[in-house]
Amino acid sequence: MIVELIQGFSLTLRRLFSRPITVQYPEQKRPSVPRARGLHRLERHENGLERCIGCGLCAAVCPAQCIYLEAAENTEEQRYSPGERYCKIYEINEFRCIFCGYCEEVCPVDAIILGPQMEFSMDNPKNFIYDKERLLVALESKGKLPAVPEADSRSSGLVTSSVS
Amino acid sequence: MAQTETMILNMGPQHPSTHGVLRLELELDGETVVKATPHIGYLHTGFEKNMEYKTYHQCIPYTDRMDYLSTVSNNLAFTMAVEKLLGLEVPPRAECVRVIWAELNRIGSHLVWLATQALELGAATPFLYAFSEREKILDLFEMASGVRMMTSYNRIGGLMADLPAGWSEKLVEFLREFPAKVDEYETLLTNNPIWLRRTKGVGVLSGADALKYSLSGPNLRASGVNWDIRKSSPYLLYDQFDFRVPVGEVGDTFDRYIVRILEMRESVRIINQALKVLPTGPVRTDNPKVVFPEKERIKSSMEDLIHHFKLATEGFSPPAGEVYFSVEGPRGEMGYYIVSNGSNMPWRVRVRPPSFLNVQAIPFLIEGKMIPDVIAIVGSMDFVLGEVDR
Repeated sequence: MIVELIQGFSLTLRRLFSRPITVQYPEQKRPSVPRARGLHRLERHENGLERCIGCGLCAAVCPAQCIYLEAAENTEEQRYSPGERYCKIYEINEFRCIFCGYCEEVCPVDAIILGPQMEFSMDNPKNFIYDKERLLVALESKGKLPAVPEADSRSSGLVTSSVS
Repeated sequence: MAQTETMILNMGPQHPSTHGVLRLELELDGETVVKATPHIGYLHTGFEKNMEYKTYHQCIPYTDRMDYLSTVSNNLAFTMAVEKLLGLEVPPRAECVRVIWAELNRIGSHLVWLATQALELGAATPFLYAFSEREKILDLFEMASGVRMMTSYNRIGGLMADLPAGWSEKLVEFLREFPAKVDEYETLLTNNPIWLRRTKGVGVLSGADALKYSLSGPNLRASGVNWDIRKSSPYLLYDQFDFRVPVGEVGDTFDRYIVRILEMRESVRIINQALKVLPTGPVRTDNPKVVFPEKERIKSSMEDLIHHFKLATEGFSPPAGEVYFSVEGPRGEMGYYIVSNGSNMPWRVRVRPPSFLNVQAIPFLIEGKMIPDVIAIVGSMDFVLGEVDR
């Protein structure tokens, strides 16, 4: 009886001197994977034009029905995307979203991408409805791969950006 | 003469040992359970009903969220049921990857079971050890599917995407290390006198009773009934692999423990064999009427683009009929019964949940036992409330 207990304790004693595997979150973070399915973003072309053409496949395939979009025609004066149409309103309700990644999978022009951002807690529920402005990647980072989220995402501007 | 009367105690829904939100209404005589009534429904989400309003493709993420510890077998049972309805063949590489994933998921699920069961009986160390190993399985899932738990990696007609580069190497590394880790759990528990006192002879369920309660999976096999769907009606490539089905003798809590430990070892063997025969090739069937075409193709072929749009907006309409398909999940027979009326959404989806039936046997097992044994027995039955309530 004692032997078995000693065997067990010697195992835990040995483990005492092995390297701990704990990741000290939030100071340390686990590296994200290329296929990560986190917060969405809308991509741009190299020339700064929006990729989204407002076809609505993402909204149609979404099992949680969390995407709302309205498309409009590009004009000669106002051009948003290369094709005929662009999306005028694009909203994702991140509260409803289940992060299945179907929108990214069906998008025929690779406009919507689920990025590595996994942490976006906010103090106002309204802020979870992401509109096009917040989803669209900034002009300066167009055509580039997403930047890994900043060390402190709480001050990354997500919270402060206003939603009317 | 002193009079004694029984007392009602609500164990749960917030009790840490009820694995979620199960409420056990216990009628106690002192410390002995006279009568036990499980109350379920605290996690009811209406998955089955919801699926009637979703296309078949959209149903897949719903299946994950029922039994959140065995997401892969849920996906697998659903997609394979639809494939059976359609008469759809899956490429050999996808079949092989599905086996690997299902077995990894089985190990992961058993590790959670082992961890929580040990913790509830007072052993905190195996909890930490088992979860650190499960972490590696979740990392593998994350690497290929993008998320750790709700993978939704299976698709009707194949897989979401091929395995990423370096995945198999990571898996091989895990498989090399894992058997030694199982030895560690066994060092901590199998001969531990405290563990034995808490589990041996506790909650004995005979094979006949287990069958009477329609138990399946490790709970049934612990009671000495050798029945495993992977053997009795093989699906995927299970008939090509050499593996044993561990069977218990007495049917007590200890047997339920040892059967799961042995199953983890067998799963490692299956994955090793599957990795050896893992073929190359596509992971999705080329059938644009029901399976999404590869993304590269929709950018160059108009026909594929049309199919793609049609599938994403409308889905596909399988022939009218009904189908039942079940796989051996970590908790037992995980089955999906789908009725199609020929439209693009299932007319009815009914899940055959192993967890629900495991809960069903609990009153039979704990009535007449002491309160501390209730913890040991309830934990040993291994259920996930998300699946019980659906």
